[in-house]
Order: sequence, then structure tokens, then C-alpha cells
Amino acid sequence: MGNLIDGVTALLLITNLMLLGSSFLSSCIRIVALQGVAVGLLPILMHERGPLWRPLLLGVAVMILKGGVFPFVLSRAMREADVRREVEPFVGATLSIVCGVLALMLSMWLAARLGLSAIAPGTLIVPAGLATMLIGLFVIASRRKAVTQVLGYIVMENGIFALGVALAGGIPLLVELGILLDAFVAVFIMSIATYHINREFDHIDVDQLNKLKG
Amino acid sequence: MVPLLFSTGVLLLGGFAALLSGKRRRWASAFGAGGAVLGCAAGLAPAVSAALGAPSQALRFAWPLPGASLSVGLDPISGFFLIPTLLLSALAAVYGIGYLRDSKKPAGPAWFHFNVLVASMMLVLLARNGILFLIAWETMALSSFFLVVFEDEKAAAREAGWVYLVATHLGGAFLLVMFVLLASSAGSYDFSSWERLPMSPAFAGLVFIFAVIGFGTKAGFLPLHVWLPEAHPAAPSHVSAVMSGVMIKTGIYGLVRFHAMLGSPPQSGPLFLAIGLTSGILGVLFALAQHDLKRLLAYHSVENIGIISLGLGLGMTGVTCGSPALAVLGFGGGLLHVMNHAIFKGLLFMGAGSIQHATGLREMDHLGGLLKRMPWTGSTFLVGAAAISGLPPLNGFVSEFLLYLGAFMSAVGARSPATAAPGLAALAGLALIGGLASACFAKAFGIVFLGEPRSSRAEQAHESGAAMLVPMALLAAACVLIGLLPWLVIGAMGPLLASVTHLPAAEVTPVLAEAAAILRWVAAAAGVLIAAVLMLAGVRRALLSGRRVETAVTWDCGYAFPTARMQYTASSFAQPLLAFFSPFLRTRERKAGLQGHFPGASSWASETGDTYRELIFEPLFGGCRRLLGRLRGLQEGRMQIYVLYVGLALVALLIWTLGAGQ
Repeated sequence: MGNLIDGVTALLLITNLMLLGSSFLSSCIRIVALQGVAVGLLPILMHERGPLWRPLLLGVAVMILKGGVFPFVLSRAMREADVRREVEPFVGATLSIVCGVLALMLSMWLAARLGLSAIAPGTLIVPAGLATMLIGLFVIASRRKAVTQVLGYIVMENGIFALGVALAGGIPLLVELGILLDAFVAVFIMSIATYHINREFDHIDVDQLNKLKG
Repeated sequence: MVPLLFSTGVLLLGGFAALLSGKRRRWASAFGAGGAVLGCAAGLAPAVSAALGAPSQALRFAWPLPGASLSVGLDPISGFFLIPTLLLSALAAVYGIGYLRDSKKPAGPAWFHFNVLVASMMLVLLARNGILFLIAWETMALSSFFLVVFEDEKAAAREAGWVYLVATHLGGAFLLVMFVLLASSAGSYDFSSWERLPMSPAFAGLVFIFAVIGFGTKAGFLPLHVWLPEAHPAAPSHVSAVMSGVMIKTGIYGLVRFHAMLGSPPQSGPLFLAIGLTSGILGVLFALAQHDLKRLLAYHSVENIGIISLGLGLGMTGVTCGSPALAVLGFGGGLLHVMNHAIFKGLLFMGAGSIQHATGLREMDHLGGLLKRMPWTGSTFLVGAAAISGLPPLNGFVSEFLLYLGAFMSAVGARSPATAAPGLAALAGLALIGGLASACFAKAFGIVFLGEPRSSRAEQAHESGAAMLVPMALLAAACVLIGLLPWLVIGAMGPLLASVTHLPAAEVTPVLAEAAAILRWVAAAAGVLIAAVLMLAGVRRALLSGRRVETAVTWDCGYAFPTARMQYTASSFAQPLLAFFSPFLRTRERKAGLQGHFPGASSWASETGDTYRELIFEPLFGGCRRLLGRLRGLQEGRMQIYVLYVGLALVALLIWTLGAGQ
């Protein structure tokens, strides 16, 4: 099991860095979908005691939503909004990856300082979760398109989910499903909003929304 | 106690019902005014009996808010301040029915805020817990703010509301700090634990300064008065009457309450005398320079607050130097003036409202000749004008007489020139204020009601309806009654003054009785005078009966074609006095001079802004604005930047908290 968990953790980190380095929107969406599947594997792999059906249900739900529904909704929004395919970041790919590595280092330090390494010993899941959160935040802050903002949000949520699974193992199923529902609704609404903003303003560059400020 | 809480409940219920009645104006007015009148009537009896010395009552309920308790009480001080609050609010509500009838704006919110304002004023007077007091205080400020911006389509009303909101919150901030200081020293926010709190002189001085600034902003002490001349004219007139008549008195109530509770430092007497002199004299001077009738009345509120604080200053001097007579007369005059000012200022604002309702004008130089068109408004306004000028036999004279008596006693009884100075200054100041106020109201009444109309709107003015006239007539009657029967009122102030000054009743009553005895003579003389005037009027009538009486225009200087614009104007009436005091007033004049041998049309205009606003507050707030404006760069408008702020702040906080433990 340990090896598998390490593998998933590595996948999480690799997808993070790939997301930062990738310059096409469609590949970004695919990368985030892959990360969603990886995150969905976590509760199943980390399961230790109690009935298996609960983590199984949760994991499958996560995988379906993040690996299937979200990418579909986002691709559709992107297609309908007819946005250009490039990411158009404020921060270039190389610098982004450097920032991602810095975020990973910060997370390692944070995890050590918080005394969280005792949880899920022998794995890097806690720092990986923290790093995923920070990188999600970074994606939101550094990318121009509304679609990438949604992606950043999903990545942040992935980090929270990974942390939650690692920290509490026993977070009630209902809470997890609630968070999932939240994320689902959020993505749904953001896609619709993106579509409508595009119709209204002929673009979905968030940085141009500053025309709306008072 | 319970009837008073019931009465606040009725007020609030009426307000909510008015709010819910939506577009049905009649219902809104019925619910709002009905709730206000019923509520005020229900509360009046317990308030009067408390002011007359019924045993103090208190109720206390727990409240889960930290430091707070639902603690209310009723004693002579609260009772005394409740009387004008309830009376004037009820009359203003009746007046408001008539005043709002023709307004285009929805009446529901106006009534809701009005009733909330009255209820919160009551709660301010009843509260016996710091937190409860502050909550009531802020509710009062907010509800009156919404009433000030009632005509929010006018830029001037929005501007006035803004000034008022800033001023009242700054005052509130000082009160908050003061309450926190007191609570940290006493360990509780309940007023009962603040009673006679032992404090070091420095701490007591600090608390006192905060109280003077916090309560003084609401009361309108110069130079904290800047919101009054903006807010009072902007509000609907029945609200101006309540705000100027009773709401600003909650500031005086706060000062009196805290004086009775904590005592005052020895310097407070001279300080209040100085505040009173500057507010009184400069207030009336600024009033003299105004062209807008309601603005003029607002500056007169500053003046009367000055007179009241002169009274408080004399009273505190009396307490400090152990002279019961001075303490009783000073506080007695000041507090009676609170009541009297509520009556005549309410009346005058209602009069101004009646004029505005009839003509749509507040500019005095566009009015004129209204006495013939609006006889009731005119004659009641005249009574109010005479009362506010402090002329016998009206109520303004009675309270100012007590102050004169107190100041005279302290000046005569002093052993050295230094101790005589405060009394002398008060005497001279009161005399100057009274004279200038008379001049100002001679101007206001003369220009507005006498002569010929200066505009077509003034020409077409009509008398207001009964809903507006009856409250005004009642207030005018109250002015005359207190003026003619002063000993009744003064005799009843014993318990109030005993609890303010902490003197035994046996020392308070003789002083009051002595003052009442002198006033009896004044009232008797006034009675004789009135009888003589009535007799002369009767004789005139008898002589004229059966003869032909012609009416003609006033002598028009022999001009062939006189026009209404040739009349004396408000500016020309006030000009000699204003020129004398011009260094304080900084009146700006704009004139297009006459040119050529056959000069064409020319113009002249004068404007007196508020010196304090222009010299102190505008530079101060302008500076703050420029300083804080530099932070506007943070509001970038890009969502990414905002997210970045959040992220950076979070990471920085994480590193800081975790790094600190290392």
C-alpha cells in the first residue's frame, strides 16, 4: 500500500508542476482531470479500518466528478465561449515552475513545523496536500483566463481533500460529500458565469473585469 | 418602568406596521403617527411622576452579549428629560401627518425611522448599562441619519447626511473609548458599578474630556457643531423639530448623567462656562448671517446649547466651591432651558416647515408678507421667536432668569475678582446672546412675515392644515403657560436638582422658592401688561366700531412705482451687526459693480459659511483623505491581485505564527 500511496502523492505533485508549465488550456484541463482521479484514489488507498464501501463511494464520486464531469463542463464552456487556446499567464512557465517548487519547499517546512508528519507516517501526503493548495492559489492569482481560475479553484480543493483524507481518515462521509457538492456547484456556476461574461464582454479575461470596479 | 417599556414597544410596533403598509400612505401615516402618539402618551405619566420625585425604579435582565445587560432605570433625571422627548415627539408626529401628506416619497420608511428614533431616544434616557446605552445611542444616530437623507434625490441632503454620519460616529467613538475606560476600571458596564467610582485625577480628567467631546458632538458644542446647520435644514421639518428640540439634548443628558454619577473635575465649571459663551455668542452670530430660515434655526440650536452649558458650568462651579444656591440655580436654569428650548425650537421648526410646505421656500429673501396669508403660523412663530429671545413673559425668560440670578449671585458673593470673573462673564455673555437673538428673530420674523411678498410663490402661500397648526398652537400655549406660571415649574424641579447636585432636598427647595418668589412678581407684572394691552385693544375696537376703516399699503418712501424687491432684505437688516463681527464670520460678498453712466442690471450676493468647518474640519478631513487615498492603489480591480493579497497574507501569517514558536 505504501508504494501506491507514494505513487499517488508523486502524481499529485507532478500534475501540479505540469499544470504550471503547460501553456494550452485543453491540456490544463486534462492535467487537472488526472489530478482529480489521483486524489480520488487516496481515500481508497489510505483506508485502514471500518467498512470499505464508504471510502470506495467517496473515491468513486470524486473520480467521476473531477475526472469526468468537471473537464467536460469546462471544455464545453471553453468551446462555447470560443476562447483562445493559450493560457496567457502573467507569470511565465519557467518562473511558475520555480514558484511551484518554492511552494513545495514551504509546505515541507510547514508540515514539519505544524507537527503533521506524525499523521500518515512515512508518506509525503501532508506536504503534498499543502503544496497543492498553495499552487492552486498561485494559479488563480497568476493566470488571466476565467477558465484557469476555475482550474486553480479545483486544484485548491484537491489539496484540501488530500489533506482532509490524510489528517482525519475519519472525516464523516457526509461532510466529504458536502464539500464535493460545494465544489461541483461552484464549478458549474463559474462555467455558466464565464459563458455569460463572455457573451456580455466578448472576452473572459479576468484582468479586464477591472473595468467594473467603482 | 413597565409602562415606559410598553410605550417603546408601541412606538416600534407602529413603526414596523408603517413600514409594512407599503404604498398605502394613509395607512402608513395612521400606523406611524398613531404608534408615536399612543406610545408617547403611555409613557408620559410615569415620566412626570419620576421627575416629580417618585421613587427610582430599575429593571435588569441578563443579556448574552459580553459586558451587556438589559438594565433600565427611571429616576428624576431620566424622567425630566423624557417629558420634552415624549411631548414634542407626539406633537411632531401629528404635525408629520400633515407635512408628509403631499410628499411624493413613500411615507412608510419615514414613519418607521421616526418611531425608531423616538424609541431609541427613550432607551438612551432609560439605559443603565454602557453597552445598552451605546446601542441605543447608535440606533438613534442611524435612524436620524435616514431621516436627514429623506429627500435623497437632492445632493444637498446627501451631503448633509454624510456630514452628520461622520460627526455622529466620531462622537460615538469617543463615547465608546470612555465607556471602555470606565468599564476597565470598574470591572462592569453597569452604570450602578460606575456610581462614585474612585478615580485618579488624571484618569477622571481623561474620562471627562472624552465625555465632553463625545456628548458635545451630539449636543452641538462649538466647534463640534458643524453637522447641525447641515442636518437640520435637510431633514423634514417635524424631524428637524425633534432632532433640534430633543435629540441633541441627549448629549446634555449624557453630561448631566455622568456628572451625577461620577462627579466632575474642579476645572469643569470654567470649561463649561467657556464652551457656553463661545457656543452661545458665535452660534447666534452665525444665525444672524444666514439666509436660509431652517439653517438660521439650526444655528440658534447651537446658541441655546451654549446657554444650557452656561447653566451647567455655573452649576458645576457651585458644586465645586460649595455654594448650594449657585449649584441649584445653575443646573436649574440649564435644565429648565432644555425643556423650554424643546418647546420653542420645536415650535419654530414647525413654523419654518409650515412656510416651506406652503411656499416651497426656505430663503428668507424670497418670502415676505406671510402674516396676512398664514395668520396662525405667523402668530405662533412670533410667540416662539419672542420666547427664544428670552423675553418675558414667555418660557425662555424663566430659564434665562434663573441663570442671570445664579451668575449675579456668584459675582456679588465672590470674595476676590478672580472668583467673580466666571459670574461676570456669564452675565455679560447672556446679555449679549439675548440681545443678538432678539435682533436675529426681529430679522427673521420681520422679513418672512411682514412687508410684501418678494416672490410669486410667497404671494400664493396658503395656511397649512389643522394637523400642522394644532401642534404649533399647543406648543405656543406651553410657551405662554410656563412663562406665566413659572413658580409651578420651578417648584417641581426640586427632586431633579437634588439628584443632579446630590444636595439634600432641604437645601434645594429654599433656593427654588426664592427664585420662584421673584418670578411671581415678574409674572404678575406681565399679567398686568397683558391685561392692559387687551384693554387697549378693546378700547380701540370700541372707538373704531361704527366707523369706516381703510387699509392701505405701508408707507413706500414716496416711490412712484415701488416693487417688493425694494424692501429691506434679511442681509441688509443684519449687515451693521455682521460688519461689526466680521472677523469671526468671514462673510464672503460677490458683487458686480455698477459700470458706465447708465448702469444696467447688477447683482450682489453674500454667503457666510461655517468658519470652523472651513478652517478646521475641511483641512483635517482633506488631509486624511489624501493620506488614505494613497491606499487606493491597493484596489487594483484585478481579481488575481486580490487573490494574491489573500494568499500572501495567509502564507505570511502562517510563517509568522509558526516561525515565532521556534
